[in-house]
Amino acid sequence: MTKSLSFQKNHWNRFLREGGPWLALAVLLVVCCLSSESFRQPQNLLNIMRQVSYSGIIALGMTLIIIGGGIDLAVGSLLALSGVLGIMVMNQVADPLVGLMLGAGVALAVGIGGGALNGLLVAAGRIPPFIATLGTLSIFRSLALYAADAGLVSSGNDHFRRLGAAAWLGVPVPVWVLLATAVIFSILLNRTRFGRHLCAVGSNERVAHYAAIRTGRIRFLTYVLAGAAVGISALLLGGRLNSISSTNAGLSYELDAIAAVIIGGTAMAGGRGSVWGTLAGILILGIVSNVLDMWGVSVNLQGAVKGAVIIGAVLIQRKR
Amino acid sequence: MADLLTIENLDKDYSGVPVLEGVSLTLAPGTILGLIGENGAGKSTLIKCLNGLEHCCGGRILLDGHPVSFRNTAQAVAAGISTVPQEFNLIGELSVCENLFLGREPRTRFGLLDRSRMRAEARRLLAELRADLDPDRRVETLNVAEKQFVEIARALSQNCRLLIMDEPTTVLNNPETELLFDIMRKLRATGVSIIFVSHKLREVKSICDEVAVLRDGRIVGRDATAKLEPDAMARMMVGRELSRKFPPRKAPPENAPVLLALEHVSVAGVLEDISFELHRGEILGVAGLGGSGRSEMAETIYGLRRMTGGRMILDGREVRFRSAPQAVAAGVALLAEDRQGAGVLLDFPLEENITLTSLPRYGRWFIDRKAERGRAEFYRERFSIRAADTRTPVRSLSGGNQQKVAIAKGLDPSPKLFIFDEPTRGVDVGARSEVYHFIRHLADEGVSCLLISSDLEEIIGMCRRALVMRGGRLAGIVEEDAVNEEEIMYLATGVK
Repeated sequence: MTKSLSFQKNHWNRFLREGGPWLALAVLLVVCCLSSESFRQPQNLLNIMRQVSYSGIIALGMTLIIIGGGIDLAVGSLLALSGVLGIMVMNQVADPLVGLMLGAGVALAVGIGGGALNGLLVAAGRIPPFIATLGTLSIFRSLALYAADAGLVSSGNDHFRRLGAAAWLGVPVPVWVLLATAVIFSILLNRTRFGRHLCAVGSNERVAHYAAIRTGRIRFLTYVLAGAAVGISALLLGGRLNSISSTNAGLSYELDAIAAVIIGGTAMAGGRGSVWGTLAGILILGIVSNVLDMWGVSVNLQGAVKGAVIIGAVLIQRKR
Repeated sequence: MADLLTIENLDKDYSGVPVLEGVSLTLAPGTILGLIGENGAGKSTLIKCLNGLEHCCGGRILLDGHPVSFRNTAQAVAAGISTVPQEFNLIGELSVCENLFLGREPRTRFGLLDRSRMRAEARRLLAELRADLDPDRRVETLNVAEKQFVEIARALSQNCRLLIMDEPTTVLNNPETELLFDIMRKLRATGVSIIFVSHKLREVKSICDEVAVLRDGRIVGRDATAKLEPDAMARMMVGRELSRKFPPRKAPPENAPVLLALEHVSVAGVLEDISFELHRGEILGVAGLGGSGRSEMAETIYGLRRMTGGRMILDGREVRFRSAPQAVAAGVALLAEDRQGAGVLLDFPLEENITLTSLPRYGRWFIDRKAERGRAEFYRERFSIRAADTRTPVRSLSGGNQQKVAIAKGLDPSPKLFIFDEPTRGVDVGARSEVYHFIRHLADEGVSCLLISSDLEEIIGMCRRALVMRGGRLAGIVEEDAVNEEEIMYLATGVK
């Protein structure tokens, strides 16, 4: 009897959930472009996109983890560890091209390995994800500090520096990587068995278990994918700065990533979510902080605005 | 005597779709009223209007002759209307007495919890119910029947005069049900009125003074129970003559091979020394009281529990499943007892629920959505699942239709063995009969079925052979004429 009603409501909810963040982004973009001459410069817009791509790539991985009912607090410190070790290996090799390949391989392997460790603790060790990754957050950061003697590891590799500054069709490489990652993760989530199973696990793990889904394997894989995204992000960030600081690199990236996922409309309780929503979320956060700079708002106050945006997004989403 | 409750011309719609139309009902103090109707007839909505979860759109509710309008359940409770819901509102980590006084704990004059008073009061309430429960036990260690007593005791402690019980006996076995009925009779003697919602018409006949029948949002009948036989009630509920409830019982063909054999199967602490054979195309019943190990046996066959002893032979091959995927691959399907907790994903659409177990069939890398939708469409027609389309989330379906989705999910990987654990729990009369015919049809096609049920009528109506379990062991196997209520209860309770 209430069928048609709930049917309409579903469509409306679906629209709000998937279109809402992009609608908000569009409004924000229009307001900012109208209010600030320097904001609407193409170079500034490209800069924003580049700036958000490092934590953005991580946020995409975080989206998968959160859909599966998990969370990963260790992404920032894993980025530092992966970048530090990658550059250190890179510097050991005389030939720049071989060095780049080896270093990149190590950074990626460390990211994937760290993610796999998180995944094992959560899936096989049955430790709540918040606690498991709180532990590895501390471990990864500490290892990075030890390896770099609490300092900065700079690269002497020219290829690496060039990669970090490179652009294609006028768009910086990290932005392309961000978009490519979004496409891949979105296909994974919406078109493959893995994605369907992931939503099932996040929606109700017991039902998934009874439906003969290997729930542990699915959750493990999300942490591995997020780890790979961290490794890629570490490489891009290292190339851009030509160094990785063991103390500062990736600091509070986990919070930015989680914030973007929330703004993007993914349910914190798991079960459903959108990779594209997260992309909108990360752009919203980037634009807000950029335009606050333009308006001359103190950097120290920007955190408060960011916090208000996150809380506001959740309030709007809860209305329905 | 003046009526305790009067409902006058109650209307309720959800955005223009009428759910209740002109419902009028009176209830005298100290009466047990059976409220029956098919799923979707409006029973739950009527209850929600009474206990403050929903507002009625038209008409009035009078309590002791005074119109009342509750904005939330707390107001209803304060006025003396308490509800024992189907899903209990208890906090597992807290003790019985902490749950009883949740939100209105007695305090000492220093503002601290007055534990000794809580305990004493809890003891008194539980003793009144003749429930032998330690007030300090944590609620999660209680069985369903005991949890229900806690809910009832809580209602009583709030000076309840009208107790609404929403299908309280679906989770109870026969002795527990008898105990509940004793309590209900005692409450009636003290002047409390009870609205008893149930699908079990025999129980309604035995406990209720009067029966009201809801159909399509209207009261279509109201009479003293003494004048109504269960089949007359069923006819009023569905508004037509019911075809025979059960399909004809059939034995599998003489030469039907053994599909599944358990030989001295044990699972440490849960099952002990279970041996039986199941033939191809047979419907083998599994009876027993709650906690006798029926569901645990089902989970063991389905690979969710590991055997610690014995052998299992499926289709001539010894198998030792370490996980459900292995069991599914070998041709086993399980319809879980806990439909919403283990059977269907409420937020997922129909089609994605149906293909959840069989997803590998729909493409190696990418899901073939068209094939998936086509398959879901096929099941929607075959089981006449009432849903607007295959995109409809399962949450918005009625219990019976949710169960059909769960069955379709089990069926889609084409199993050789289908274990049905309480297939008709919370399913209305019409859909129940459909489920029975469906199981029969499946068996005719050569699928072997295990039918686990607390409803003895169901076992007797469907099976020519049944296992009876008790305390994790096989108490006995009954066949043919011995498949009757007395024989099964003797074995299940250990009298014989």
